[in-house]
Amino acid sequence: MRSDTILNDAARGSSDPRQRRPIPAWVATTALLLPTYGWLTLAVLLPLLTMFVFSFMSATPMGKTPIVFTLKHYRAFIDQPYLINIAWTSLVIGFWTTLLCAVFGFLAAVALARATVGRMRETLLVLLLLPFWTNGLVRVFSWTMVLRENGFLDGVVHMLLPDIGSVSFLYTRYAIVLGLVHGYLPYMILTCYIALSTIDDAIIEAAASLGARWWTILLRILLPLAAPGLISGAVLTFVPVIGSFMEPRILGGKVGVTMGTVIEDQFTQAFNWPLGAALSFTLLAVVLAIFATFSGVLRRGTTA
Amino acid sequence: MTNVNVNAVAKTYGTTPVLTDISTDFPEGSFTSLLGPSGSGKTTLLRIIAGFIRPDEGKVSIGGRDVTHVPVWGRNIGMMFQSYALFPHMTIAQNVAFGLGRRGIHGAEARKQVDAALEMVRLPGFADRMPKQLSGGQQQRVALARAMVIKPSVLLLDEPLSALDRRLRQEMQVELLRIQRETGLTTIFVTHDQEEALTLSDKVAILDKGRIVQIGDPETVYEKPLTRFAAEFLGDSNFLQGKVESGAVRLADGTVVHVTGALPADGAQATLAVRPEKMFVVKDTSPGNRLTARITTVIYAGQALSYILETADGMQVKLFAQNRDGNLLKQGETVVLGWSADHTVAVAD
Repeated sequence: MRSDTILNDAARGSSDPRQRRPIPAWVATTALLLPTYGWLTLAVLLPLLTMFVFSFMSATPMGKTPIVFTLKHYRAFIDQPYLINIAWTSLVIGFWTTLLCAVFGFLAAVALARATVGRMRETLLVLLLLPFWTNGLVRVFSWTMVLRENGFLDGVVHMLLPDIGSVSFLYTRYAIVLGLVHGYLPYMILTCYIALSTIDDAIIEAAASLGARWWTILLRILLPLAAPGLISGAVLTFVPVIGSFMEPRILGGKVGVTMGTVIEDQFTQAFNWPLGAALSFTLLAVVLAIFATFSGVLRRGTTA
Repeated sequence: MTNVNVNAVAKTYGTTPVLTDISTDFPEGSFTSLLGPSGSGKTTLLRIIAGFIRPDEGKVSIGGRDVTHVPVWGRNIGMMFQSYALFPHMTIAQNVAFGLGRRGIHGAEARKQVDAALEMVRLPGFADRMPKQLSGGQQQRVALARAMVIKPSVLLLDEPLSALDRRLRQEMQVELLRIQRETGLTTIFVTHDQEEALTLSDKVAILDKGRIVQIGDPETVYEKPLTRFAAEFLGDSNFLQGKVESGAVRLADGTVVHVTGALPADGAQATLAVRPEKMFVVKDTSPGNRLTARITTVIYAGQALSYILETADGMQVKLFAQNRDGNLLKQGETVVLGWSADHTVAVAD
């Protein structure tokens, strides 16, 4: 305390007799958090709340039809059983996208974290993040150029094997997953890379000195230690992928009907905002339920 | 148990040579310290023996087997790191059993060996704890158990005690020495702590700028340093410069210093090293090496006293003394220092 006073006096010039009263900690904390939370409330929570209210309305509150509050939109899955199939498709696409992202992203992150030669790491990182800087729509449409019949993929394959038929798989679920993996891979690489780069080199060297070969080091050391990154990457991928509509629509064509496109249709085509909102919140509940089910695994992974 | 042989090993990073033509043998059962300042190449040499770095030239063999091109996992080495490097997501038992698992030892047999290893480092009953719950000293013991349980051909220690506080470090030194003596394991120990090197090892290698300057038992290296660097790095030294004259050295101020050991030819320049604790204040005028100097600084450290003195022509001399009677020499006092010709060593620059 004494030294503080001396320091303050010295800083202010000791002739200043005023003693400034310290600001209580909670005031500072509140002041620092207020802009963020204020903005979040205004920009996210309020619209979300509006949508939540909408989901209980009988019709979009913009026409002349009288509005009645109802729960019928939440019965959509019972009234229209085909929605269950669509939801299942979305979950399957989400699962495969997340899995592929996890495998490729983790391996890429390992390569990145282990690349120590000169400026190689920076170069690789920039190359991996480059697709991130281009417009998402452009990225997805460029895949149609590659995947369509007589597209780039066909061209390359036919150059090597002229007798083979078309290998085009545009407008299939594979194309959707491919596009989504492409779009969300950088998230996974970054979260895994951050987790991996905190691992002490000596730990890997210790494992090698004890007789571990690269696959043992990968599976027994790197994978469990990078689990927090892998899990946050999986969450960051799975949630938006389930609700995605651009990739399914463009790359999936007729088969590209997912929860994302159905919800989008309610807002843009059918003009049934309440149903769209209700489906969104149902999807949110499903995602939360999935995370709740695996919360034990997730927590173990993040605290390890 | 095996010896380790390093033959003409060299390593260059870019254009900077880190090791130049290192050849030495670490005999079976020996405890060798690699001692040197940072950048001397001691860690690089250890990592070449471990297999983390491939030498540009030369050969490394462990127990007569050429391992120059054998990867780390195939060398059967035990290694300890400064940062302990325990696997944070595994229990102590899993940590120690890791190397056993790589050798196909699982289950009850592994458990038995893990328990024995933890017993050896005096941590029985710690098997189910996590590394985080252990103190630094305990973690390093686990690391030792983990390295020893696989019955390695050679134990490589990369400054394993540097992160511990003084008291713990001394405890670990005793423990390390006991276990090394019990197992008779060839051990190579990298350190920059000269006291640690002298206490632990039966051989000390002093490295400077990628070369082994001197290697030998601690006593020889300390008492008969070959070079100025060795004399300065291991312990403290006073250096006297002069010209060789009929089997003695005449300093610039005319003082003649006698040397028991070999000297360069008459007329050549010579540098003599004298340990500060080998000097003492003399009151009589009996024959022997003598030097008159004035005390400029007195450093009082309780049991030990250090003095810095200056001769008439401005040469600095250090003097270490035991605090035997509590009587300190005063600053500004002029005294005569004496020392034996046996303790005067001619060193190369």
